[in-house]
Amino acid sequence: MKTEVYMPAMSPSMTEGTLTKWLVKVGDHLKIGDPIAEIETDKASMEVESQIEGVISEFLVENGQDQIAVKTPIAIIETNTSTEKLKGKLFTNTIDDQPKKKIIKDRVIDQDKKQDKISVREAIRDALAEEMRRDKNVFVMGEEVAEYQGAYKVTQGLLQEFGASRVIDTPITENGFAGLAIGASFSGLKPVVEFMTFNFSLQAMDHIINSAAKTLYMGGGQLNCPIVFRGPNGAAARVAAQHSQDLTAWFSHIPGLKVISPFSARDHKGLLKAAIRDPNPVIFLENEILYSDQESIEEDNDDVISIGKAKILREGSDITLISHSISLKMCLEASKKLAKKNIDCEVLDLRTIKPLDTKAIISSIQKTNKCVVVEQGWSQCGVSSEIISVIMENAFDWLDAPVLRLTGKDVPMPYAENLENLALPSEDELIKIIESLFE
Amino acid sequence: MINKTKKNNRKLTKSDAIEAYKKMLLIRRFEEKAGQSYGLGQIGGFCHLYIGQEAVVVGLQMCIRDGDQVITTYRDHGHMLACGMSPDGVMAELYGRTDGYSKGKGGSMHMFSKEANFFGGHGIVGASVPLGTGLAFSNKYKKNKAVTLTYFGDGAANQGQVYESFNMAKLWELPCIYVIENNRYAMGTSVQRSSAQKDLSQRGISFGIEGEQVNGMDIESVIDAGKRAVTKVRNNGGPYILEMLTYRYRGHSMSDPAQYRTRDEVKEVREHSDPIESLKNLIIENNFLTEDKLQVLNAEIKQVVDQSAQFAADSPLPDPSELFVDVYQ
Ligand SMILES: Cc1ncc(C[n+]2csc(CCOP(=O)(O)OP(=O)(O)O)c2C)c(N)n1
Ligand SMILES: [Mg+2]
Repeated sequence: MKTEVYMPAMSPSMTEGTLTKWLVKVGDHLKIGDPIAEIETDKASMEVESQIEGVISEFLVENGQDQIAVKTPIAIIETNTSTEKLKGKLFTNTIDDQPKKKIIKDRVIDQDKKQDKISVREAIRDALAEEMRRDKNVFVMGEEVAEYQGAYKVTQGLLQEFGASRVIDTPITENGFAGLAIGASFSGLKPVVEFMTFNFSLQAMDHIINSAAKTLYMGGGQLNCPIVFRGPNGAAARVAAQHSQDLTAWFSHIPGLKVISPFSARDHKGLLKAAIRDPNPVIFLENEILYSDQESIEEDNDDVISIGKAKILREGSDITLISHSISLKMCLEASKKLAKKNIDCEVLDLRTIKPLDTKAIISSIQKTNKCVVVEQGWSQCGVSSEIISVIMENAFDWLDAPVLRLTGKDVPMPYAENLENLALPSEDELIKIIESLFE
Repeated sequence: MINKTKKNNRKLTKSDAIEAYKKMLLIRRFEEKAGQSYGLGQIGGFCHLYIGQEAVVVGLQMCIRDGDQVITTYRDHGHMLACGMSPDGVMAELYGRTDGYSKGKGGSMHMFSKEANFFGGHGIVGASVPLGTGLAFSNKYKKNKAVTLTYFGDGAANQGQVYESFNMAKLWELPCIYVIENNRYAMGTSVQRSSAQKDLSQRGISFGIEGEQVNGMDIESVIDAGKRAVTKVRNNGGPYILEMLTYRYRGHSMSDPAQYRTRDEVKEVREHSDPIESLKNLIIENNFLTEDKLQVLNAEIKQVVDQSAQFAADSPLPDPSELFVDVYQ
């Protein structure tokens, strides 16, 4: 019996991949778990393993073929019907009576690509590399940052350029290495500490708050702590409560810390460079789902973007939407839809959460007289609570309507797909809230 | 590092051998199915498979009794099946469905069963250790003679909270068995690259906690060491460490480039130290079961696993009203 092998989804966000290399030949006998091919996505490269026992009879895609959609048949395995009847029903599909689908596309390789568009992931890496070239006291440390090239491929290539003394793999011991890095910063080094995700920074919270944020003050200004803690924050896809949460508000509560949460690739680069040069501890919050988003940047752009400055992403006159990081996507989409209904939204990207750009917030309210604040985090004592207070204290007379907000629901993140969608703020909810202010 | 199965000193009875074989095979087939379903997008997020490590959990489960407790990390499917939790309920949870052990809210890493005395399923590396120590504390407090198996990985063994726990466990002589599943890697970092003291069984020495290294690929060695440890700990012997030398065949989670080890290394272990193959050989050599009987057994287990995937696929998504349920009691 012939059984198709599909292009597997290696992560929930994967839609397509490149088959970099077949690891078997036609005629090879495969056991369950034998590696068949090497697949590369924008995040990682990995092996596809055989899910059934049998003999490889045909390849449906070639070495190096890219943009192969998930669930596309990539090979055919001839199985021994009697013992294999029950196996692999789900992953593989018997196809004796189905036409074969062949998707052959030439691989387009950008030989000398002029980096006109770079992803958020590359922007962060470039900022790290440029600052490491510029200042030998800058070093990177964290779990899987060196040999593995970063759990999310962000630190790719750094070990090769800067060596193991400046790109350092740590044991899984967040409280320990956060404290160690803070200690190193006390004596003049400039550590950039990666948390594989910010969920794990909770292990190190004491050092971040009690050692990094307060030492300058406690010592009457003698000992500063030039350190950056960076990594993905916020909801990721389907990883449930302990791995999916927005901790922005937590950090922004603490005097002594600066907190950055950028959206565009350009801002990631310029703000990370500023964070590394800043003499204070900076929390640099990225978002896993944004890593592959691209933006055009000139090849030799090495602009440093000032910390503490918000940016207007879309000019508008009827209402201001204030947000940061991935939620801005939703604000921009909603703005487009509302434009058709004659509601002209201004979208303000905070970029820095602490210190907050109150001037930019107030001047936008003075222009639009209405406001909705959007964040993925929980509402109580959230970023939006703070912004609304700032508006009440400084721009109350300019308001034509109460300031409303859309936040993550007050629940731990559920795993089930439908519940996860409900827990997060949605575009529909946002449009409804905005429209309610124009009724 | 992993010794070949010892063929002498036969300790397993026929019924134990068959029981262990069934459970290990169930775990392996279940995990293969989970891997397939993940590839089809039926399971999302992180999914850490236990393939290769089956002898550890199956062997230790055979050493404990009703009332004893188990707690582990996110690599938990095998532990749950060994505890007697139903494949249907576990698979439905992996699918994020309402009939899952956590009603679809926890997923692969976060399942619990009070009934089976299984206390999770914890996603934060190292977290199972103080929690397990606390379970043991409760048993000492209640004087109920129960022991707690607290599982964690070689990578987790470097977390500071492990040593805070060791200190309290010995200070208060808590009935806790720390099971370090040393599968040689924490994601892409080998024990060689992460640990100053690489013999993890000796990590309790400065607290006065004894430990030993065990061939975790050999069910007989696991049971032998497990029985001794349980007896000691149950009889007020205080905590004990079992370092299980084992190996994970698959990637860390589903998207693991696996550049940190060679294909040959994986192949070598699979071909020469596979815990299920060794036990199968033992069963045949001792005439506990014939090849034919084993085939039938195989087919039965396949059926159970296929059924669990069907059950999961048929189970509805949680009702939207569930979103706000169980935040508080
Ligand atoms: C506190 C914390 N840091 C990092 C992670 C990310 N992470 C998940 S599993 C893992 C490796 C753990 O390896 P090990 O303890 O050896 O267990 P294994 O996965 O091999 O079973 C890492 C770094 C996490 N979940 N929690
Ligand atoms: Mg490990």
